[in-house]
Amino acid sequence: MNIPDSSTTAVELRDVRMIRSGHRVLDGFNLSIPAGRVTAIMGPSGSGKTTVMKLISGQLKPTSGSVFIGDQEIPRLKRSELNRVRRDIGVLLQNGALLTDLTCFDNVALPLREHTRLPETLIRKIVLLKLQAVGLRGAAELYPQQLSGGMNRRVAMARALALDPELMLYDEPFAGLDPISLAAGGRLIQQINRVLGITSVVITHDVSEVSKFADLACIIAGGKVVGFGTPAELSSSDEPMIKQFMQGLPDGPVPFHYPAPALDADIMGPK
Amino acid sequence: MDPQSSGSRLTRPIARLGHAVVFLLTALGRMRFTSLQLGEVLRQTYFVGVRSLIIIITCGFFVGLVLTLQTYDTLTRFGAGDAVSTVLSLSLFRELGPVLTAILFAGRAGTSMTAEIGLMKATEQLDALDLMAIDPMERIVQPRLLAGLIAVPVLTLIFNMTALLGGVVFGIFMMGIDSNVFWGNMQNSVELGRDFGGGMIKAVVFGFLASWLAVYYGWTCKPTGEGVALATTQTVIATAITVLLLDFVLTAMML
Repeated sequence: MNIPDSSTTAVELRDVRMIRSGHRVLDGFNLSIPAGRVTAIMGPSGSGKTTVMKLISGQLKPTSGSVFIGDQEIPRLKRSELNRVRRDIGVLLQNGALLTDLTCFDNVALPLREHTRLPETLIRKIVLLKLQAVGLRGAAELYPQQLSGGMNRRVAMARALALDPELMLYDEPFAGLDPISLAAGGRLIQQINRVLGITSVVITHDVSEVSKFADLACIIAGGKVVGFGTPAELSSSDEPMIKQFMQGLPDGPVPFHYPAPALDADIMGPK
Repeated sequence: MDPQSSGSRLTRPIARLGHAVVFLLTALGRMRFTSLQLGEVLRQTYFVGVRSLIIIITCGFFVGLVLTLQTYDTLTRFGAGDAVSTVLSLSLFRELGPVLTAILFAGRAGTSMTAEIGLMKATEQLDALDLMAIDPMERIVQPRLLAGLIAVPVLTLIFNMTALLGGVVFGIFMMGIDSNVFWGNMQNSVELGRDFGGGMIKAVVFGFLASWLAVYYGWTCKPTGEGVALATTQTVIATAITVLLLDFVLTAMML
């Protein structure tokens, strides 16, 4: 495995083991995400990508092992300490998760009003600039239900960026987007990362998009990191698991089927 | 531990009650009074209070009408038709006002609180708040708890008032009871502290109970369509039963 050089590590998962409802999701999971880059976390459905994100954001605690953001060990933090760390993290959830009883403007203003003592005139300016960055300044006074799913996610992105975080986590930002939004979304993630000088972690299974915006990519399968490197390195890898995933082959070491008894025994059996 | 699925049929309700109490204590323990929070409390009070007005006014009026009709009919058999306002006001202030308002509140506002919080959970809105370092207990649960506490006593007052209006319409306008006798009897028999005040204490307790159960069932429901539907039903059933049970306990303590 070729782990690229980086001056500092923004996020690190060390020997993480995660068991959820008796099912082993992660086991011996090690990952160092370098600061200042866009890192994509890829893997087949059910491979534990979202679990990794929830471990980083502190929504889940690992069964064993540790998770660090900078020098803070996330699972050991008290609630107030975790909240302090979370103010520096922007998270974009899969469906945006905007508060439906607030307008887009108020949604983006929410973290600013909660965590800062800025005057309302300044908050207005910041919110409009954030909405402008995602192309939705004109929709400021609309409610989330008046916008499409993709637009909701962009507003949520503006909200996640409201407090100028140092780390952005995106959970499946491209699921169900049209080709225009898809291309714009990838560019936006890259631009934000570069302009603000932050670290971005993107959970996705969209192999074709990853090469366009990510500096690094990591592939998870069987609860472990099976490949880590630049998208180009991964694409040219001969490792069977990486090859299967990057080329979208149905047959290979990663099973397509959920574990089940043999088909003929199940169908022709006594039941 | 999930109190909905663990334990036997006997221990499950007890575990659930314990869980609900822990939930309430957590919510109260993280209470913070800021101007932002106050605004949210007022907004929620408007939602649960003002939007319950129509049902409270309509039901109050008809309860007043039918109560006067029944009592007047029975009392006239003993030649005591004039005492109708006494029976009407005492039963309203002491029992019917707070109890019916709380049950109607659970049906109108409690269910919407439960469904709203349940849907927020299903659409990850609660997670999103948590991730923005905004405590969902503080932002979502506490304003709704306080809103119920404020709205139910006010709604009880309105219920009592419109029920009395129903009594006036039937007793004075339709049956021709002298209005001086009607109001005079009421003034003589109703004690401000014991009858009216006792009823208002009940209204405060029931209001808190109704909103507590509504937010609790919303908070703990399974984040699916089925889970939200079940939680909404449970809110109404649990509120109705506990209000009636607690009403007996409170009445026994007050008399």
